[in-house]
Formats: sequence, C-alpha cells, structure tokens
Amino acid sequence: MKHLRPANRKARRIDEYVNSLTEDVVAMQQNPVPPALRPHVPMGCALAFSPGWEVDSSGGTAGLCQPVERDIYDCYVTCFWPAQVPDHLNNYPNWAAKCAAATKDWRNLDLVFP
Amino acid sequence: MTPTITRTFRLGEFHEFYAGETRFAYIVPAGAIFELDGPAAAVLDDLAVSELSLEELVDRLGALGLNAEDAIGLLGELTQSRAIATGDAPAETPQNPPAVFPLQTLVLNLTNQCNLSCGYCYEYGADKVATPQGKPKFMDFETARAAIDMLFAESGERRGVHITFFGGETLMNFPLLERVVEYANQQAAALGRSIDFSLTTNATLLTPAIIQFLSVNRIGVTVSMDGPPELHDALRVFANGRGSYDIIAPKVRELLAVHRTRPIAARVTLTSGVTDVGRIYRHLKHDLGFHEVGFAPVTTSPDRLYAIGERGMGDVFEQFRILAGEYLEFALRGELHGFSNVSDTLAELYQGVNKSHPCGAGLGLMGVGPSGDIAPCHRFVDSDTHALGNIATGIDRAKQQAFLDRGHIDGKYDCHSCFARPLCAGGCHHEAYVRYGDTGHPNLHYCDWIRDWTDLCLRIYGTIHAQNPGFLENFAERKGL
Repeated sequence: MKHLRPANRKARRIDEYVNSLTEDVVAMQQNPVPPALRPHVPMGCALAFSPGWEVDSSGGTAGLCQPVERDIYDCYVTCFWPAQVPDHLNNYPNWAAKCAAATKDWRNLDLVFP
Repeated sequence: MTPTITRTFRLGEFHEFYAGETRFAYIVPAGAIFELDGPAAAVLDDLAVSELSLEELVDRLGALGLNAEDAIGLLGELTQSRAIATGDAPAETPQNPPAVFPLQTLVLNLTNQCNLSCGYCYEYGADKVATPQGKPKFMDFETARAAIDMLFAESGERRGVHITFFGGETLMNFPLLERVVEYANQQAAALGRSIDFSLTTNATLLTPAIIQFLSVNRIGVTVSMDGPPELHDALRVFANGRGSYDIIAPKVRELLAVHRTRPIAARVTLTSGVTDVGRIYRHLKHDLGFHEVGFAPVTTSPDRLYAIGERGMGDVFEQFRILAGEYLEFALRGELHGFSNVSDTLAELYQGVNKSHPCGAGLGLMGVGPSGDIAPCHRFVDSDTHALGNIATGIDRAKQQAFLDRGHIDGKYDCHSCFARPLCAGGCHHEAYVRYGDTGHPNLHYCDWIRDWTDLCLRIYGTIHAQNPGFLENFAERKGL
C-alpha cells in the first residue's frame, strides 16, 4: 500500500493481501513468481490442439505447443469460442490493430462496450 | 445502464496514537498497526467530524494535491485495512479457534501443599476456588506419567510441547519432578518431539543439588518474590508469621549465579502497601540479578485488606509508566530491559494478536492436580466446579467447550466497543470468577487500567518502530510454537 505503512506482522499480512488483489496481471513465464503475486493456474486437460488456459506438464506455459497469447486470436479469428472477444468481421474490425505481436502488445487490446 | 451507488464513508474501529510526529492507527478488528501519511490522516480527521461521500472525499483530497486516481487508491487502502468503512460493511468478530485445539503446555501441580502461608494465596486464602478435601496432597508418578502421555497424545502436530511445574510449593515434591523430567525426555525422544520445562517456586527449598539439576536440564525458573525485605515479608510469610526473605535471598543469589542455561524471572504480586514498583524492580533486577521482573496485582475480592483499590492502581500505573519509559530508553539503545510486562505486551503487538479468549487456558494449556483432575489452568486445579475431566478418563470435551464458550469475546458485550480487546479479551478467567463468580465475566474493574496500559505500550511500540525498528525483531519468534 502507498499511504498506509504496515508497522506490525498483522499489518504486513493485510498489506500483502491487499496488494495481491490490486496487482497487475502476472505473466506465467515470470520466474520465480513472488508468492503474493502467484497466479491461479487452472490445471486441466487439453483435448483440442488449441492453447487455452492450459499448463504444460511442469505447471508452466513454456512447454505448450503454441504461445498462450495465440489463444486470443484463436477466439478472435476462428470464432472458436465467440463470447470472449469482439466480433472483428462487422463491428470491431480494428480491435487488434494496435497489437502487432501478441506476446508484447497484448496490453493494447482494449475492452469494447457494445 | 450503470447503477448509481452512493457510498458514504465513516470511520472504522481503530485507536490512534502518536510516536513523536508520526501518526499510527491500531486497527481493532485485526490487531494491525499502520503508520499513516498526511493524506490518510486527513481523511480520518475529516471523517471524525462527519460521514462523507466518495465525491466529497475525493474533492478534499484534491485540495491536498492528490489526483482522483490517487485519492480513490487511498480510500481503497483505508477501506481494505478497515480504518474506514462504508455504511453497509458488516461487523466482524474474531474467528473461533479450531474445535479440537492441540495441547501445548501442561501445568503439573506436583503438590497442593506449601511451606509458606502467604496472606494473599489464591489456593489457600479467603478467595480460594480449590476443593482439595479428600484428594491426594502430593501427585504420584503414575498420575504424572498419565498426564504426560495425555500431553503428547493431545498435542496434535506440534513439534514442541512444554511442561510447567507448579504447586503449592513445587519443590516440596522434587523427587517427582526429577522422575517426570526423565520420563518426559524419554518420551519426547521416542516420539521425535521436543520438550522443555519450567518451574515456579518460592525458593525456600532450593539446594545446590536442586539448582544444579535445574541448570543441567535447562529448566526455566520463576521465583515468586515481592521485593526488598520489608515489602516481601509483608505477606510472604511462614505459618508462624515470620517473613521468608532472609531464607530465600542467599538461595536466589546462588540460583542466579549457578543456573545460566535459561533466563530466570521474578514474579511480583502487588498488594496494598506493596506497590513501589520502581524500588521493587531495582532490588530484584540490580541487587539480586534476575533477568526479568513481571508484576501483577493480587487477585482478590475488592474488600480484602490487601486489595489494592482504584487509587492504588492509579499509583501502580504511574510507576509502570515511569519504568516503561526506562524500558523505551533501553530499547532505543538496542538493550533489553527486564520489565517483562512491557516485553510481553510488545510481543503481542508485534504479532498483531487478536484474541477470541484472554489466554490459552482450556485451549493449548491445561492444569493437572495431584488427584489427576484436569483444570483449565493451574489456578483452577483441584476445584470440583471447574474440572474438565480427569487424566484417567480424558478431557471432558463438553465441559471444555462450555468453559470456552463462556470465556469467548463474543459473549462479553462490554468489550465490544473497547480498543484494547484484541489483547485483553476480557481478562483472566480466574480473576473474573473471584470477582464476579463467573469465569466469562469481563474484568470491568481493570478496564481503564488496561486501556491506559495498552495505549502506553502502543506509543512505546510506535517510537521503537520509528527510531530503532531492528529491536522489534526480538519479538519475531513466537513463544512456544
């Protein structure tokens, strides 16, 4: 926290908890991940050859067959799971225009308000 | 459509204190201590006058130079730490302890007999709760062994357990103490656990051989002692009325000279006329050489002659304040002072404890008397009214639960608006029973005193935090985990 400085152990725990709520997204590849920032990684099976929120056998994402960021375009272009991203054919053709390389520019993908 | 939410902010429950120029908030529902910066303090000042909406607060913070994003961030921090709240925030109470709480400490009352006749004794005095009639006066080895087996069996996953030897006068049954230490060490080794021991004594029966045994076995020692001769001998007397000071002083000096493996403490009972805290401290710490000295006012009905009374407690506080000031000077130089009442309070503030119950009695700590009866603590040993089973039949879980329900902070309505409740939780169960006939009654006769003491220790804590924070790391290790 910025304006309240923890002065005992309980306050530090509250501080860590609050920070964990307000921190920015954390890349799964970041290694080692500070404990307070550790993301929730859903472990699941991948039946389709489409990288979703899957993890590889070590619990990370480095070993997936395609980069996780590829998932964005998998939804976007093929309408594989259309609810997650804007419709690029009719209403939001430029939604991904500022995002040349998903691994670097994904922050430029904005929310849309239909 | 975006729903319109009008949020009105009000103050949460906290106690504010200063250490020099630095401003702190002690957040009561959590036991957390935060240092406040200027804007945070300004919000609390504004809300102390009246409740304000989000927009009003953002405006006021804007005048202090915070942009809207920063202001909302600050309000978020204050809300999440519970320093402020919106109108609809629910009240929070401390979590209940786990239903089956692993035992950590067993107090073995090796005997209920004593060779002194101290006027204020809670075991034999006018306010006694014990009913020793028809029960053994000395614990036998079978009973002690069963008690130790119970301690290990009921201690769950704890890596270490603790045994405290108590009485009566503990050393009147020293042969049993020796056997218990041997047996408990064997059991601990066989089970891969650690164990340590401590003992409370009036020091009259210490001998060179006993002191050697205590030192070799690293047994912590607390000596009940009330100060220099004329104060000590006021109530700590033999049955013929003769004071015990002259008997114990040379033995205590030898104990302190020979037993170097554990710190040795003096425990002072303050009574009417025995309230010269500074003088008592200096005698015990500097003339005799105890490592630390702890003080507690006698537990008694208010009408006993030795009861301190309200004005006397005011004097005691004033002297505690002076001695605590000395503690602070030591701490700022990085030195440990022997006034253990301050150390104990700072340790709890450092951790940020928030108690559902005033102490571990009936939770992680239990007492066992010579008859094998299990009690919530040593002060209730041998009392039929308060027994929580017997080592032959095990802990009576229904009685234990009833005792804990009665002592839970939730039921002590007087405490619900008090900032000192995270540490105090209503105060000693035994004191409450002697005063009010109910172990779950808050000790209302000490409220102002406890609040003043908590505030004083918070300010000491804050000053150390601001000027010599490394000192507080002395309290990083939690006692007896």
